[in-house]
Amino acid sequence: MKSAKWKIIGSGAVLGILAALLVKFGNPVNMGICVACFYRDIAGALGLHRAGVVQYIRPEIIGFILGAFIFAKAKGEFKARGGSSPILRFVFGFFMMVGALVFLGCPLRMILRLANGDLNALLGLAGYIVGILVGIQFLKKGFTLGKSTKQPTASGYIMPAIAAVLLILLVVAPAFIFFSAEGPGAKTAPILMSLGAGLIVGLMLQRTRLCTAGGFRDAFLIKDFHFLWGIIGVFVFALIGNLVFNPASFKIGFVDQPIAHADHVWNFLGMALVGVTAVLLGGCPLRQTILAGEGDTDAAVTILGLIVGAAFCHNFGLASSGAGTTTNGRIAVIVGFVVVIAIAVSVVVSSKKKKVASKEGGL
Amino acid sequence: MANVIDARGRSCPEPVIMTKNAIDHGYENIEVLVDAQVAVENIKRFATSQGYTVNVEENDEEFTLNIRK
Repeated sequence: MKSAKWKIIGSGAVLGILAALLVKFGNPVNMGICVACFYRDIAGALGLHRAGVVQYIRPEIIGFILGAFIFAKAKGEFKARGGSSPILRFVFGFFMMVGALVFLGCPLRMILRLANGDLNALLGLAGYIVGILVGIQFLKKGFTLGKSTKQPTASGYIMPAIAAVLLILLVVAPAFIFFSAEGPGAKTAPILMSLGAGLIVGLMLQRTRLCTAGGFRDAFLIKDFHFLWGIIGVFVFALIGNLVFNPASFKIGFVDQPIAHADHVWNFLGMALVGVTAVLLGGCPLRQTILAGEGDTDAAVTILGLIVGAAFCHNFGLASSGAGTTTNGRIAVIVGFVVVIAIAVSVVVSSKKKKVASKEGGL
Repeated sequence: MANVIDARGRSCPEPVIMTKNAIDHGYENIEVLVDAQVAVENIKRFATSQGYTVNVEENDEEFTLNIRK
């Protein structure tokens, strides 16, 4: 048990240090790794949105997927599975991205922002935890997306294949792929380094199953602090890494933080939406990415939801910027809550009906 | 006779919740069927922390966890 704890802290530590290093070598400040932002950049590179400052095929994402794929294959854990409410997962993934881009970051970036002194992330953290608590209530009432079943092997290869194609597009850089000339999308660590870091994280998280949503969820739900230790590892070592590698960017406060805004209410609500969807989906964006590499086609559909969500966010002006949130973005978060809660309630109601119909008592 | 829980195909954390419900129910002999290594690890960690012993049998990509007080 002891060694399991050090393993999870260790994987968080590696994640934190790599994030700090990626910033040192070119990634945007406080964005060494941001799963939501990086899918958004990929959506932009493919021209699904035309926000010129956030377009790049982020090799880290490719590394996460391929790293998890390679290790799952080696360990015999690669299994093509799916069929657990794919369209609901798509919708949850979509709104998860909306929440993340209103806050400006996935839960991992939230921790990395915190580890570099951005106190706005505290509001995000509070929102994330409240969102997770809301999600837990649904789980306790019997929320389920249903069983996944074995799928044809080919379906498990789709996401790793997409990752491989993205890598080719990145290296070949054909004219139809968009690469930012300025802005966050132009701030990039060298490809090999980003890819290498992504592969390490992918391999590692395939083994340790670290999940930012799981950390808080399990602590509240079953008093299991295993994954929470991993999150603490990320925070502590990203903090140390930033102080060692990027001391000039370290700044404690709310104002003028890089790629962040100080709209407290919407930092809170944006991450609350991410929290509730992450619990209902069974994992944060990072965990979904790892699962997709292992052949989980439900996670793959969730990622498609994230990517389409990102495209909508920039096409419809939902995403925040350093200047603050947008009216459209605030409306979209509210719509997101209404849709997600409505789905969750209806799932709980219909699963209760089913339970009563199928058997009396028992489990 | 063990209480059998079929948690195959359930995504995280449902297998653990199903196990928790059985433990909260006071059952001392529980058998859980799962089909993912991650579910095995999570249930094992949880049941052990509740003072249960866990035995895992693997058969053809599926796992049977025997959980006893």
